Amino acid sequence: MMLKAILAALMIAAPALAGELRGTGDLGLIVEREAGSLLVVDRSERAAIGRIEGLGDLSHASLVYSPDERFAYVFGRDGGLTKVDILTRQVVRRVVQAGNSIGGAISDDGRLVAVANYEPGGVKVFDAETLELVADVPMGSKTVGIADAPGSRFVVATWDTGEVWILDHSTDAAQPAITKLEGIGANPYDALLTGDGRHYIVGLFGEKGLVQVDLWQDPPKVTRFLPDYGKDQPDLPVYKMPHLQGWTLAEGLFALPAVGLHQLLWVDAADLTEIARTDLAGQPVFALARPDKREVWVNFAPPDNDKLQVVDVLTHEVLDTLTPGKGVLHMEFAPRGREVWLSVRDENRVEIRDARSRAVLGEIEARAPSGIFFTDRAHRTGL
Amino acid sequence: MARLALLLALLAGTAVAEPPDAARQDQLRHLVRQDCGSCHGLRLTGGLGRPITAGALAGRDAEDLAGLILDGMPGTAMPGWRPLLTEDEARWIADYLLTTETQ
Repeated sequence: MMLKAILAALMIAAPALAGELRGTGDLGLIVEREAGSLLVVDRSERAAIGRIEGLGDLSHASLVYSPDERFAYVFGRDGGLTKVDILTRQVVRRVVQAGNSIGGAISDDGRLVAVANYEPGGVKVFDAETLELVADVPMGSKTVGIADAPGSRFVVATWDTGEVWILDHSTDAAQPAITKLEGIGANPYDALLTGDGRHYIVGLFGEKGLVQVDLWQDPPKVTRFLPDYGKDQPDLPVYKMPHLQGWTLAEGLFALPAVGLHQLLWVDAADLTEIARTDLAGQPVFALARPDKREVWVNFAPPDNDKLQVVDVLTHEVLDTLTPGKGVLHMEFAPRGREVWLSVRDENRVEIRDARSRAVLGEIEARAPSGIFFTDRAHRTGL
Repeated sequence: MARLALLLALLAGTAVAEPPDAARQDQLRHLVRQDCGSCHGLRLTGGLGRPITAGALAGRDAEDLAGLILDGMPGTAMPGWRPLLTEDEARWIADYLLTTETQ
């Protein structure tokens, strides 16, 4: 028993040997936010294979991958930007670049890493190799919803001032050409960029409705949509903001988590009109399409964060309500949708389910896990 | 001793808040870190919401804070927690925020 525990501890602590050849395409990282660590997982083995420690305050942390899927750039609450090597399981570089930050993006050529900051606000852009500062773009506001657009561009929204900024680093990385769209709406709280890099969709907290920015147009075309959703209903309290990177185009539709309503909103992507709503078990946080787009999986804010609901894309009906356990914070599908990994924070485990039968396939111990990030994200625009 | 405490509590009547029991205090501490932490940071140093460390809240009135926790701040992202908390629990959280050094 004791020996087994020691062996298990050794296996988790030992970095990959220098001579050991392996790819990274089936690896991933799970954020252990209180511990300030990352669990390295092997998707094929459905197992943890290591842990990387010393990343500071990882509450609400996110990360992006280098194009070779070997390095991850981790954005921490404490303003820390940390580059980790998932093969040697070491921190390669770490800079504390701001007082408080929450998200970032990597350029399509993998050369630049941009960080959206809350304190002091604005965006800072770093050399992906060295983590040296390349450009500092103050915006006089907290920034949210940063995404990478094709052509060495970053798009970001400003919480306090209601703007969208497009930074184009293609000509001169240190002096980005800036397009600023003002009057987007009150308090954008998050945004998403569609996988083709065309549509940047901004969720508003300070007023009803959403905004789409069409980046294919010059100048970018701004369209307001769903200006009235929920207007005739009292707002329910929002104990956790929805995350919009889960918003997904499925069957020519956006499935959007409503704010202040326990509903999923279905919007026709072609003309931005609402076509259906689905009543849900709570305030949705992520509405994530399974990679084959056949179903949308939804998790919830407290007090309903022990649940998941699976919604049919064709009928918009709830097919299933699952209760994996307390604090289901995050879902990540295997790249081709075979299985889904779920963080069950308050039970210190990650649950792995078959994404079709929904049967539990496995479980991995983790310290209060939150975000799960598989390396295939390296090749997806807008993550 | 326990009987004396009970007697004192009875004598104090409704004027004294009934503090949550130890198990509930654990739940409330968890709620502050994890759920308030969604906006204010796990270490309460701020995020989309402002910092709510003891230092940041110094000088604030516990009763006002408890009210703010229960009813939220209209016009901001701060929701009212009344559906999930009693008044005594909100008051306990206010005292906890004002007196606890977070790391």
